[in-house]
Amino acid sequence: MNWLGWLTTFFTAPARQSGPDAIAHRIAEHLVFCGEALLWAVVLAVPLGVLIGYTGRGAFVVTALTGAARALPTLGLVTLAVLLAGVGDTAVLVPLVALAAPPLLVAAAEGVRGTDPVVRDAALGIGLTHRQVLARVCLPAAAPVLLAGLRTATVQTIATATVAAYVGLGGLGRYVVDGLATKDYPATVGGALLVVLLAVAAQLLFAPLIRRASPPQARLTRRTRTRRTKEPR
Amino acid sequence: MDGEPLVRWHWIGDHLGYLRDLALDHAVISLVPVLIALLAAVPLGLLCARLPRLYQPLAAVFNVVYALPAIAVFVVLIPYTGLATRATVMVPLTCYALAVLLPATVDGLRAVPEDVRQAATALGYGPWHRLAAVELPASVPYLVAGVRVAAVSSISLAAVGALVGRGGLGYLFVDGFQRTFPTPIVAGIALVVLLALATDLLLVLARRLLAPWASGGAR
Repeated sequence: MNWLGWLTTFFTAPARQSGPDAIAHRIAEHLVFCGEALLWAVVLAVPLGVLIGYTGRGAFVVTALTGAARALPTLGLVTLAVLLAGVGDTAVLVPLVALAAPPLLVAAAEGVRGTDPVVRDAALGIGLTHRQVLARVCLPAAAPVLLAGLRTATVQTIATATVAAYVGLGGLGRYVVDGLATKDYPATVGGALLVVLLAVAAQLLFAPLIRRASPPQARLTRRTRTRRTKEPR
Repeated sequence: MDGEPLVRWHWIGDHLGYLRDLALDHAVISLVPVLIALLAAVPLGLLCARLPRLYQPLAAVFNVVYALPAIAVFVVLIPYTGLATRATVMVPLTCYALAVLLPATVDGLRAVPEDVRQAATALGYGPWHRLAAVELPASVPYLVAGVRVAAVSSISLAAVGALVGRGGLGYLFVDGFQRTFPTPIVAGIALVVLLALATDLLLVLARRLLAPWASGGAR
């Protein structure tokens, strides 16, 4: 059978229209779970990253984390978490947050640290407290880098959540993993296509946000800066 | 998992040869793609550095390619390359590596200062000689930085290939999970990270040899 045939079979099957295996339901599951993981990652990593970037202390943590997070195998973390903590969404949440947090931490630290020191000194000079400098000067200046980090983390989480279907998580990965297990190629390929579409949609959604957060004169040079915080999934 | 320790050391001792074979297979399926991508990135990068009109759409395409989840790409390729074959895993990994290495090459070539270029011309270097003797060596730190990112991510991504039947050390995760036996999983994670660290270290040494002036790091 060809590609088109597979996709038609997948998208027109009655089980995909309603019930627990419906496409809309699986997409919703995927989004809710990724959202939850990202929320935890943001809450844990961004304040710490901002602190590291502002004080300049603990920068080695950032360097070490970038390398280590890249090297950690997703599938290994997910299977180990489930064996140690038992089947369930909470067990899977831990590796997902652990993999989404490093790019956010790095982006927050780099973004705040990259604020023009002249501007920072000027803000302190006109009498702003450190807290005010952070909130009114450094955070707005860091926004584009921070958003690029969030984009990386989002795409990474979408991919990891797909792999996590192997240990029983719901979402779009179910089609891929169950399809592979039962040699149901229409489901496997259809599910993979949906994951790809979701990742590309997330990627595209961030582009206008990042552009809007960048100051006008920096829009050309930002492109090279945001690319640097990219992480593999 | 009641009473099962995190690591049973004697299992590792009993399976050293097996672990070595998996690690070798892992190194091949994850690092050969980086090598192929590097061989493609240099000529392509040269072309792109000269023709920004070609580079911009290409960079946009690779940006999207880089964001595609590996598991999904492996699965989509199965009808063409077959289940559990090396190609199913190596073809996407080559694309991911190229997505990192092409911008690295272009950035490196563009970072050669204009006066250095002109000085080389003034010394009588033709365009090809200048490329080989000045521009390529000058962009080595950028290239190595790109290869480090590409190699380390390729090593960790290759493990996902276990879900389509060919993941090198990734097989240990599937095996350990199916038998609720954590030892192979822990060993697999440790070996993947070790392989990544060793590769990274070798690349840093390579940069020291090829570009001793850049020991502070290109970025």
